[in-house]
Amino acid sequence: MPYLSSEDTVKELRKTLANPSVQSDPLRYRNAVLRVIRALSQGVDVSGLFSEMVKACATVDVVQKKLVYVFLCCYAALHPELSLLVVNTLRKDCQDSNPMVRSLALRNMSNLRLPGLLEYVEQPVVAGLRDKAACVRRVAVLGCAKIHNLQPNRDVDAAVVNELYSLLRDPDPVVMVNCLRALEEILKEEGGVAINKPIAHHLLNRLKECDVWGQCEVLSVLRRYQPQSEEELFDILSLLDASLVSSHPPVMAATLRLFLSLCSGLPAVSVAALERVRGPLLAACGSTSRELRFAALCHLQLLLRSLPGLLRAHYKRFFCGYTDPAYIKQRKMEVLVELVNDENVLILLDELKGYCTDVNTNTAQAAISAIGRIGRSYSDKCLEILTGLLSLKQEHITSAVLQTMRDLGSVCPQYNNTVCLALKGCKEVLSDSQGRQSLLWLLGVYGQKVSSAPYTLEVFIDGVRSETSPGVKMELLTTAMRLFLNRPAETQDMLGRLLHYCIEETDMSIRDQALLYYRLLHCGIDETRTVLQVRRSDPLLGVLIGQPVEPISRWAWRFNTLETLEESSAETESTNRRSSEHVTFYPRSNPGLSDTLNFHKFEVVPLGLDSASRCPDPSADAPGSSLATPLSLSLSPPVSPEDFERLWLQQHSLHSEQGAENREQEDELNLQEWVQSPAVPDCSPQSLQAAMQLVNIQTLAFTPPHTLPWRVYLYTHTHHTQTENNPHSTLILGELLYSGEANQREELKKSGCGSGMNVEGGEEDVDHKQRRDSAKRERGEQVVKVTLKQRPGDIKALKDFLTILTTVLQTLSSERT
Amino acid sequence: MISQIFILSSKGDNLLYKDFRGEAGSDVQSIFYEKVTALAGDQPPVVMSYKDLHFVHVRHGGSYWVVTTTADASPFTIIDFLNRLAALVKDYCGSLSEKSLQMNFALIYELLDEVVDYGYIQTTSSDVLKNFIQTEAVSSKPFSLFDLSNVGLFGAETQQSKVAPSSAATRPIQSSRDQGGKSEIFVDVIERMSVVIGSNGVLMKADVEGEIKVKCYMPSCSEMRIGLNEEFSIGKSQLRGYGAAVRVDACSFNQAVRLDEFESHRILRLCPSQGEQTVMQYQLSDDLPSAPPFRLYPTIERDSGGRLMMYLKLRCDLPPKSAAINVSATIPVPKGSVSLSQELSHTSSAEMKQQSRAIEWKIPHFSGGTQLSALFTLEVPGLSSASLLEVGPVALSFELPKLTVTGLQIRFLRLSPVQPGPSQRWVRYVTHTDSYTIRI
Repeated sequence: MPYLSSEDTVKELRKTLANPSVQSDPLRYRNAVLRVIRALSQGVDVSGLFSEMVKACATVDVVQKKLVYVFLCCYAALHPELSLLVVNTLRKDCQDSNPMVRSLALRNMSNLRLPGLLEYVEQPVVAGLRDKAACVRRVAVLGCAKIHNLQPNRDVDAAVVNELYSLLRDPDPVVMVNCLRALEEILKEEGGVAINKPIAHHLLNRLKECDVWGQCEVLSVLRRYQPQSEEELFDILSLLDASLVSSHPPVMAATLRLFLSLCSGLPAVSVAALERVRGPLLAACGSTSRELRFAALCHLQLLLRSLPGLLRAHYKRFFCGYTDPAYIKQRKMEVLVELVNDENVLILLDELKGYCTDVNTNTAQAAISAIGRIGRSYSDKCLEILTGLLSLKQEHITSAVLQTMRDLGSVCPQYNNTVCLALKGCKEVLSDSQGRQSLLWLLGVYGQKVSSAPYTLEVFIDGVRSETSPGVKMELLTTAMRLFLNRPAETQDMLGRLLHYCIEETDMSIRDQALLYYRLLHCGIDETRTVLQVRRSDPLLGVLIGQPVEPISRWAWRFNTLETLEESSAETESTNRRSSEHVTFYPRSNPGLSDTLNFHKFEVVPLGLDSASRCPDPSADAPGSSLATPLSLSLSPPVSPEDFERLWLQQHSLHSEQGAENREQEDELNLQEWVQSPAVPDCSPQSLQAAMQLVNIQTLAFTPPHTLPWRVYLYTHTHHTQTENNPHSTLILGELLYSGEANQREELKKSGCGSGMNVEGGEEDVDHKQRRDSAKRERGEQVVKVTLKQRPGDIKALKDFLTILTTVLQTLSSERT
Repeated sequence: MISQIFILSSKGDNLLYKDFRGEAGSDVQSIFYEKVTALAGDQPPVVMSYKDLHFVHVRHGGSYWVVTTTADASPFTIIDFLNRLAALVKDYCGSLSEKSLQMNFALIYELLDEVVDYGYIQTTSSDVLKNFIQTEAVSSKPFSLFDLSNVGLFGAETQQSKVAPSSAATRPIQSSRDQGGKSEIFVDVIERMSVVIGSNGVLMKADVEGEIKVKCYMPSCSEMRIGLNEEFSIGKSQLRGYGAAVRVDACSFNQAVRLDEFESHRILRLCPSQGEQTVMQYQLSDDLPSAPPFRLYPTIERDSGGRLMMYLKLRCDLPPKSAAINVSATIPVPKGSVSLSQELSHTSSAEMKQQSRAIEWKIPHFSGGTQLSALFTLEVPGLSSASLLEVGPVALSFELPKLTVTGLQIRFLRLSPVQPGPSQRWVRYVTHTDSYTIRI
């Protein structure tokens, strides 16, 4: 009916349906009904035909019946009184000898969603629970849930609930699964169906009979079951092992989720389960359905957070195919970045380089930022690629490269020169504000070394009137100020113009910032310099290679949920945070970290005394017993880099405020000593991290190898099991420092060779910095300075830890040499 | 738990809508379509949210198949269900084109009614469903004389009838029951390869994903035995014997497959249900038994007049009797390329796609052991040496009929008991490219 309006259509249809000659011919009647449904699914409002359709319902033709039911379920709510007529027909059908007709009638009766008609519906539904045909029982069981949900205020019908519980033993697996679903809905307020031991075991035993969908349902309900003993738990796990490697991704995912919740207390078992699903998940990543591939990729990313090494050998599976849609390509690149190691870095970068010129700008930019992330550990090669890309002179690429360089430049200061060279060649006008902001930031920081910086800046300042992005204007102000401090002669004039313009700006934040800078300049150039040229706390501390391994429990609840697939995942959050670092300066950063270490008071702690004040049982701390109690290290709870920095600085400030006199009350212990480990500073960060993790020490931040001073920050938790089962745990934060000086030898001699230890007094350390600086160029014996902070203090744990650490370092260096 | 299911055409027309729980509004289609059209890119993300409603969609034949759900559901289950639903609809209606969906909406409603009740998936097995589905499929294809040409005189097998027409397996399964359709069974071995060849010609990556699919048009078939190559081995550990051993890394089977004869004789036993099902899936990575089917020898130069000359020699290393069809090579070119002049071997054609910034070189038929060459000359204003970075990597797509790269073969196909009346068994092999990239 392409030429008829919807009203004409309805009129026309009504005439056909009411025509007695049509009604007497089953085929024509069915066709008329079919046309109604077609109109309905095309969005025409055919609710006016309700009474005609009710009549059409009384037929022996099952196809016509089904069609009419589609119509009725759609419009019943609009015609409650006419629906009563249908209910009669339906109730009659419920007595039909054909089980198919019975189930059809029952299903549609419960689908009418009319609370007023419930009294007529209830009886057939309850009767349907005892029908001899499984297909009727399936419908009846869900019918109970539908009825319940239509009457939100009525109490739960205990008889029905009991009936449903008994139907869990129904021979038909779909009836069983439907019972679970219905009970979940009816008992929602009590927390869903009660899973006790017999029910759980019954469900587990019948899992094999269910189809894929039933298995998923059962597996998700079983997550609420708590096995009573470890033995039972392992019985269940071995029963589920086959589903864990199922070729159906839904079953595999549901099983893994159940595994993770059952084994939340057994990390080793969880890890084994993750390794087991690697195969099926990888197979899902190669599925024909790209949506399924996407889901599998998102979930692999979760797994990688806890097991970074899981896919080491399979990185080639994540190369992008050219037919992959952009959203899959981006996920694949994120996975690839996680899988970088020394062996594959060249292959990966070569592959990523190919994506940088992708037609899709999002893909190209994602590839560039992926290279930037790899650049945190392999900066040489990445910067080479990035600078190469700049010569393409394409806007979206240049913009992405600049943003990446900004992020990279602040964490790898040793590559500043390359960045400066690249900046010199970068002259084109960028249209997106992110790119312009990055360019300005880079100019502000490296402007000293880029000869053309004032000219580039002048172009920006001349165009400030047409600038729309407030972010760019703010950045422009800061850049102009910074450049002015370095090159006043060239920039004074344009800074004046810019301030003049911005002070009359309507945007509050820009005006305020301009005024602030203006007043700052009034205060004098030195003041300005102290405010603007503040360094971040420690430029080297930003180098984070590999996030610390997350415990599985962090993400287990997200596994197999829609949230994992949605875009606002943790990755985007972290990139946001990263880029904001460059705009805001940390107020706590004024004293650089390397300076703060100098006023440290390193205590001479008498053995046992310090910890005795805190330990409930001082005798447990006697030297003898400490040998008997083994020390265990663990990584949980994890300490984030921010927490680490806070704790490290906080402990320092505590010292400097309180001084030495009340150190007894301090809850921490500091220790400094020298470990001879010739080749450790040349170790690759990866191998160092791997070695540390073997003994449960988490490394947080590194400087790249061969740089001076070379630093590593690390932490761990110690657990001493005390005699009366009172676990005593402490947190140790540590710094390894190698500054390449030779004048530490005398201390080394004093403390014996290599692993000997030396608990220093604070006074000895005062002039450390000067000595270090003077000897900076002198390359002597490689002695690594270990600074440890422990809270609460426990000298034996600390000493034991130190022995472990020394062993690790020496093992590492012996491997290198 | 599924709240609603709807199907939208690529242009946003409603093809089908069913509300199972009545908890979400009925304007979801327009909300979804707005979200889809608001986003750039070739496909919006699979999961989208609007208030507390989640939209999960997959795409089949251009249309959007969408599920809405309020509760936290398993993405794997919903996506897999939508794929299974599409497969069912394809079995019942013959194809997934928008036209076919529109013509068969009554059948699809009927299917949906049986498959999902109150938002819970009841069954997707075609064996169960065939008892419930009453509506006949309306086939969008008119009767064609061409179909008759396959039947020889007095039922004798002609040369033509040894090859099933490609459309043979895209008909509704139900027509076999009543319209006296042929009782046929198709066993397809489909392999998808993804290959990366480095700029120095070294094979960087080669993955093959394969599957054996059975499409059954037989009303009743008690058991089928599929014999694979006897030298078929799984995993790396097994020793390779003499001759053409076939090896895959991993392999998984449909639940319905019985494997009691698999270890000894490499025979899969199953009772196929009507419609299409995947019997076996397997993967092989990095260790192809034969050389990659295509190699490219490019020479790219900048001439003095600022033009870019690309001389490409494409060589097909298939055995001489085989051939690749529908070969298409996509060669990305620098941004701003204006004109293209070409010298090609006579059978192929090429054109420049401005939108995707690439030359598409098409070769309809490419015999094994031969090579073709092409010379493209591009005018690129402002060509610099950096622009060469933008050339490549070349992406190839092609189809290898009657060939599997792993070498997997079906030795025999037996039905028991022997079918009464004429029944036809077809075995087809094809290898597609998932992604075949050659770096320059």
